[in-house]
Amino acid sequence: MLEVKDLHVTVEGSEILKGLSLSIKAGEVHALMGPNGAGKSTLSAVIAGKDGYEVTQGSITFEGKNVLEMEIEERAQAGLLLGFQYPVEIPGVKNIYLLKAALNAQRVARGESEIPAPEFMKLIKEQLNFMKMDPSFLQRAVNEGFSGGEKKRNEILQMLVLQPKLAMLDEIDSGLDIDAMKVVADGVNSLRDQERAILLVTHYQRLLDYIVPDKVHVLVDGRIVKSGDAELAKELEANGYEGIEESAA
Amino acid sequence: MSEVLTFLETLKARSQQRAEEPTWIAARRQAGAARFEAMGFPTRRDEEWKYTDVRAISQTNFALAENAEFSQAGAAALTLPIDAYRLTFVDGFFSAALSDLDSLPQGLQILPLSQALTENHEAVGGPLGRLTGVEFSPFAALNTAFMEEGAVVRLAPGTVVEKPIVLQFLSRANAEPTMCHPRVLVEAAGRSEATLIEHYTGEADAQNFTNVVGEYMLDRGAIVNHYKLQEAPLGDYHVASMHVEQGRDSRYSSYNLNLGGALVRNDLISDLNGKGAEANFLGLFFGQGRQHVDNHTKVNHNAPLTFSNENYKGILGDRAHGVFNGKVFVKRDSQKIEGFQSNQNLLLSDRARIDAKPELEIYADDVKCSHGTTTGQLDEEAVYAMRTRGIDEATARALLTLAFAGEVLDAVTLDAISERVELAVAGKLPERFNLTGLVETASALNE
Repeated sequence: MLEVKDLHVTVEGSEILKGLSLSIKAGEVHALMGPNGAGKSTLSAVIAGKDGYEVTQGSITFEGKNVLEMEIEERAQAGLLLGFQYPVEIPGVKNIYLLKAALNAQRVARGESEIPAPEFMKLIKEQLNFMKMDPSFLQRAVNEGFSGGEKKRNEILQMLVLQPKLAMLDEIDSGLDIDAMKVVADGVNSLRDQERAILLVTHYQRLLDYIVPDKVHVLVDGRIVKSGDAELAKELEANGYEGIEESAA
Repeated sequence: MSEVLTFLETLKARSQQRAEEPTWIAARRQAGAARFEAMGFPTRRDEEWKYTDVRAISQTNFALAENAEFSQAGAAALTLPIDAYRLTFVDGFFSAALSDLDSLPQGLQILPLSQALTENHEAVGGPLGRLTGVEFSPFAALNTAFMEEGAVVRLAPGTVVEKPIVLQFLSRANAEPTMCHPRVLVEAAGRSEATLIEHYTGEADAQNFTNVVGEYMLDRGAIVNHYKLQEAPLGDYHVASMHVEQGRDSRYSSYNLNLGGALVRNDLISDLNGKGAEANFLGLFFGQGRQHVDNHTKVNHNAPLTFSNENYKGILGDRAHGVFNGKVFVKRDSQKIEGFQSNQNLLLSDRARIDAKPELEIYADDVKCSHGTTTGQLDEEAVYAMRTRGIDEATARALLTLAFAGEVLDAVTLDAISERVELAVAGKLPERFNLTGLVETASALNE
């Protein structure tokens, strides 16, 4: 589904990713772990298309298409969706506007018809309940005045409504208390199926107790230095990143 | 000076054609002409006109319209789809054919100024020019010299008018540029209530000059919602001098929405003369291309316990230039007043420009006042965030721009008007982004 090959990325002149390769297949959940500054967030930002990241070498393909040649919105329409570590406030744009506009933009891009209002309402109601969010969230401007936990729930709500093929979740667990983490993890787990993949970017193993990954990768200094299964995350929890950094050096 | 002479010659030619008129009108006309001649057009050396160059107006030789011909179909396309009492003017001429004054309720009078003068000129002579004298500005003086037509709206005590009153001013694409100097005179007696919509629009290729003077008198307890939807053709020049006088416990709300015109200047002044009087000034100015939009507002707290609340939003793209000058004046001994003022501007391009100047002048010591102005650009992080959800860039920008106008636009309760504003500001948003539909969806969800 997603193929990242020998990716080199420079930000403001300094190289952050130094030959990263990663392959994600439909149905899989991958966790990308690593110490601060290793380039974890850079990878998802580059895949989403954020400005300021220069790809100097390597490729990213999604279902055979060259992601680097696609506009930001085209990537989303193709089914690549990024959940932000720091969700952006969009003043004056109501949550429900964003959800419906985004969903319909994606449907239209796929050649489908727009969602009829009753069907949309039904969908929204279900997902709101699932995320234990009050309907009043819909009338509020996107993320404006939301607490950290509310923002993260809102990111997952968007995922549940938009149903991406590949959900990339950047530090979705940061700033969450244990109850909120469970709700968020339930949301993410409900996305899991044979057609879909998930990439979790996280610093801590804690989240992986709730969302058990199929594969774990350790990113150190712009390269994946070790890959394994869920057990690898536990090792990291016990021994920290230091041992791995040393063996990579 | 030769510019002034051109206008005076046009005036002279018109005067020779005009039938004899009551002495007071002739006298005021003369006073207007004399004042205009003495002052000349304002220049940027005048503090009040520091950022607005009116040479595009002064250097054009405008003719006066001779008739009110306008196709029914053309007018229908421009008319706001609102069930209303309607008075229509074409290049300043009254058009009976495009007006709708059927079955006016008891206590409501709406008539063209010419008719009001014929019927009882003395009843007009008192209020007309009482708030906006020839001293106010060269444009007010010019208007007074040329005044012939306009709208007179009278509300008898206690009259509550359900349907809005629309004063529609159409500008034609004439062979040569044309000017008009309409008057709007509104007398709202005690405890009367009405919604007034002044709508300026016209044919896309028009290049005319509208120089309107409006006077709005609200007696004790009167409530007037005053919409001014200025969507004049992009080649039009538009100058409006609007004065409001408010008696005790009256409430005046202005929705000053500016979308069109090449060169636009609005002066809006309210005198809060009685305790409990309240003025709400909401404004939106949207400029693109090389449009120039200047809003000068002033609230005079002349009595204690008076309230004013002002919120103006400017959205400027391309090389558009906006001006906001808002003054809150609190007279000595006007204690316990509240005066709030806010101006926010959004610049959509590097070459767009805003000159904003909020002013407070307070001569009382027990008051609550605040003012502020900010200018910024679209939040690129928000544009990016919306795009990562699949919304194309143009639409993301349009939605964010529209959202910036939100507080002002949300206060507009007439859909026909907010739709016009939305269309101008955000363009034709595809059906899938139809906001009205979404609002319905959202409210249905809350049930």
